[in-house]
Amino acid sequence: MIGAVDFATWGGHLAADALAPDRGSIDVLVPFSVIVPLVAAAVSVIAARNRIAQRVIGLGALLAVLVANVVLLVRVDDMAEGIAVSQAGGWAAPLGISLVVDRLAAIMLVVSSLMLVSVLVFAIGQQAEERRFAAFHPVYLVLAAGVSASFITGDLFNLFVAFEMMLVASYVLLTLGGRPGQVRSGMSYVVISLIASTFFITALALVYSATGTVNMAELSERIPQLPSGVQTGFSLLLIIVFGIKAGLFPLFFWLPDSYPTAPNAVTAIFAGLLTKVGVYAIIRTQLLLFPDDARQGTLLLVVAALTMITGVLGAIAQDDLQRILSFHIISHIGYMIFGLALFTLAGIAGAIFYIVHHIVVKTALFLVAGMIERKAGSDRLSRIGGMVRSAPMIAVLFAFPALSIVGIPPFSGFVAKFALVDAGISVEQWPIVAVALAVSLLTMYVMGRIWAGAFWGTCEDAAVSDRLRPGQTRVPLLMTLSTAVVVAASIALVVFAGPMYDLAERAAVDLLVPQNYVQQVLGATK
Amino acid sequence: MSVLLAFLAAALFGTGTFLLLQRRLSRIIIGIGLIGHGSNVLLLTSGGGRGLPPIIDSADPTDFSDPLPQALALTSIVITFGVTAFLFALGYRSWKITHDDIVEDDVEDRYIARRVVVDQMVAEGEAAAREIELDEDRG
Repeated sequence: MIGAVDFATWGGHLAADALAPDRGSIDVLVPFSVIVPLVAAAVSVIAARNRIAQRVIGLGALLAVLVANVVLLVRVDDMAEGIAVSQAGGWAAPLGISLVVDRLAAIMLVVSSLMLVSVLVFAIGQQAEERRFAAFHPVYLVLAAGVSASFITGDLFNLFVAFEMMLVASYVLLTLGGRPGQVRSGMSYVVISLIASTFFITALALVYSATGTVNMAELSERIPQLPSGVQTGFSLLLIIVFGIKAGLFPLFFWLPDSYPTAPNAVTAIFAGLLTKVGVYAIIRTQLLLFPDDARQGTLLLVVAALTMITGVLGAIAQDDLQRILSFHIISHIGYMIFGLALFTLAGIAGAIFYIVHHIVVKTALFLVAGMIERKAGSDRLSRIGGMVRSAPMIAVLFAFPALSIVGIPPFSGFVAKFALVDAGISVEQWPIVAVALAVSLLTMYVMGRIWAGAFWGTCEDAAVSDRLRPGQTRVPLLMTLSTAVVVAASIALVVFAGPMYDLAERAAVDLLVPQNYVQQVLGATK
Repeated sequence: MSVLLAFLAAALFGTGTFLLLQRRLSRIIIGIGLIGHGSNVLLLTSGGGRGLPPIIDSADPTDFSDPLPQALALTSIVITFGVTAFLFALGYRSWKITHDDIVEDDVEDRYIARRVVVDQMVAEGEAAAREIELDEDRG
């Protein structure tokens, strides 16, 4: 923690022209998580011929961001107003671009930077795409910057730019290597993302012509003055735009097609972060921009239920491990939207906790899938088997997140699902509660299938069983280590479930009372 | 003026959507380009009507046209341009691999769909065999 404190004071020195002496040190850390990865990406391009230098740069930058984000979370949570604001370039709020970190953004920043570091270590350990392509490190850092920028932006147009930064990086990572399967899935992924972005631009044009601003704090004041039909239209348009990126019910079709074709480490970070950025954007815009009567509670509840069901049914039908897990992401996006759609304090706090839990656990599952593929040489359940004997370590690393995602007590998934179901019961939304519980049962079936297919039974495929014999094909230590760190994080989430849930609840209070956000962003410059 | 631009945007969106529904990536890219232009036109009109160039001290600020949508449109043009270039590269790569740029179906999807068909055929075969057995028993 000493290093963290040093960082804060160092930040304080930088903030010579800070607004107030006690706040300046923290406000200057706000753009840190965007600037540092971007600068590091540029340096990484220069060091393209030296992979070790690239690794040092990448890990150093992401670790620094992780430390800065932890400091930011602690300090923002300590503050009475619970928000840190930085105006890009020193231009006052409605004119310039506001960068805002409230409790929700700070939580997301910490979790995402932890995942980014762990997955980078995994990728280095894997000795695959990371070693073969000089582009991996710079693009990965741009992805990191894009994800952070989406969390901290206080400007709707800047959110578009942040999304694009993240997406362009993801296009390159997805098609790294240019294999036929990647090119095929890359085409549909890029096209669908581009269409979503065009919708976003269209939505922005309409919002701007109706309100004359794209600053979220100012929009929060002006949108309630519009006719209610226009408000509903904007709300729906933004749900569609972010729904494509999050993988909501009718708009998810691209996800299970494209994610599995990417390199393992890349799929893990996509699965953990990208869809959740979409969910974050839905939560942020619905709660900040729209008043109670323009929110689409019932619609979102129906969509959430359908998302849960189709995701898990899709997962049941698959044979390929990566595809099972990809379909499964969709199912869990439904849970997060369910929490939001209640529009109650408990529901939103539950959704926040669920997002954090899901980012960690899903990343862990995909990393384990990468280890299985490395060990067995295949990720088809019909080909592999009997790994509980030949690779007990992988079995243990799989068991924890698998039990957690099902929602078995005492794992983090249980806390998250319990919070959501409890919130659903308290407002008597019985259908969605029933769906959530039934889908949990099906999730158990899916995880049970993976367990039975990969870890139990015998392996009939000669090539695979050859690889699984003792002493054959070792999984690199760094891969095991980074996966273990992510699994440990998911366990830490349940050990500290009490404080974590309290934090999620404080973040939810902030979200439900947007006046404070508006005042801090617009008032910080007055 | 504004009505004309609205019709232009609508026409661009319409033709773009049609092209988007084709199977060839080259047509899809053109479609995306057209839709992108449509949204940029929309963005431009969102700043209100015509006005003088927004240069400080050159005229009365109330006569200025709104510069913000123009800046936003420029940003989005640059981004769309970059991504379109990437899509062309993908199309070229696809052409090099398969000598075609048709966006194909998901292979795994077809595999799973086939599994269902096979299962059905097996079930039908078993049912037919059972029928024959029953017939023999009766006979």
